[in-house]
Amino acid sequence: MIQNFADWLIYQACGLERATRLSEALNFFVYDTLKILLLLFLISTAMGIVNAYFPIERLRHFLTSHRLYGLQYLLASLFGAITPFCSCSSIPLFIGFVKGGIPLGVTFAYLITSPLINEVAVAMFAGSFGWSVTGIYVLSGILLGSIGGFVLGKMRLERHLSPWVVQIQQLSAQHNEEWEAEHLRFAERLPTIVRDAWGIVRGVLPYVVIGIAIGAFMHGYIPEGFFEQYLSREHWYAVPLSVILAVPMYANAAGIVPIVEVFVAKGIPLGTAIAFMMSVVGLSLPEATMLKKAMTWRLILIFFSTVALFIILSGFLFNAIL
Amino acid sequence: MKNIKVLMSGCKCSQKFYELVVKTVNEHGIDARVEKVDDIMEVMQYNTMTLPALVVDGEVVARGQKNESELLSLLA
Repeated sequence: MIQNFADWLIYQACGLERATRLSEALNFFVYDTLKILLLLFLISTAMGIVNAYFPIERLRHFLTSHRLYGLQYLLASLFGAITPFCSCSSIPLFIGFVKGGIPLGVTFAYLITSPLINEVAVAMFAGSFGWSVTGIYVLSGILLGSIGGFVLGKMRLERHLSPWVVQIQQLSAQHNEEWEAEHLRFAERLPTIVRDAWGIVRGVLPYVVIGIAIGAFMHGYIPEGFFEQYLSREHWYAVPLSVILAVPMYANAAGIVPIVEVFVAKGIPLGTAIAFMMSVVGLSLPEATMLKKAMTWRLILIFFSTVALFIILSGFLFNAIL
Repeated sequence: MKNIKVLMSGCKCSQKFYELVVKTVNEHGIDARVEKVDDIMEVMQYNTMTLPALVVDGEVVARGQKNESELLSLLA
């Protein structure tokens, strides 16, 4: 349906000839923009509904009041996936978890997955690569968070926390209050949820449009298989290189996916692309600066390198099996 | 007079929220003093994991973004 509209707009309303570079690029641009914005709106609304019923206080309460035999890593990671993430919430969340007496490793599991799987990344992935690649991305994000959190938990990193956080940790568990449930009916909440979803769409709109515009341009003008000669499977350094290159690119996560889509279409292996995207959204400099308030640089470095290492490994894995 | 505190982090969304609180208080003539709390150690004493948050007379009454009419019902 969206494709029909794009066809109509470009070929009939604007009267451009089919199969020229310009008209193909414009068609791709209109189709991708509409599809991704629609997906973004729907997914943001769905996530908003889930979040209205699973506030983070509830997870903390659950994690501290149940014995979970290792499942807590997976659970924290899963929750990280369904809650929205803004790098400005990372500190209060981190402290809140530590204060509740939740082990550092479990907190890290949440902290890894939370930015990795968010409504914007999922919508952009679904719109650009389809549902099966999105599924792989989400699943590996959750696994990466659980395993990464588990490994970091084994490293005994408590001594690298900032001193005031250590103090809070020692006082923990005493402050573990119940979350306050909001007793609002679904119909009363929906307008706020929809408005927030629209806010998310509006916030990333310029990045999406610019990203897709660049992607559409490249789509029409770069020859098939162009990147294969530079970043193919044979070059082992392609995955680590793209992971490192991705760390400073956080601000434009929404704009980068459509460009990566074209890279893949023109010959970059999917595993390399997924590793790149994970690094773009999962490891960001603004988050590192935020975390600085609660952790020493040493801990941030250990945290980031462990996550980067796992992203690189999964990139190699996907290149081998996809 | 009410004592209103806005718990926030450095990001844009909390700044907007703070401005909205100030605006709501001024426009509706609510008798209150509005204060910004952006020191993380102080913020954490209120036991919230979602920012921005709204504190009225020492008690957290809202977590996360709110619109003007919601704010009005919380503050009035």
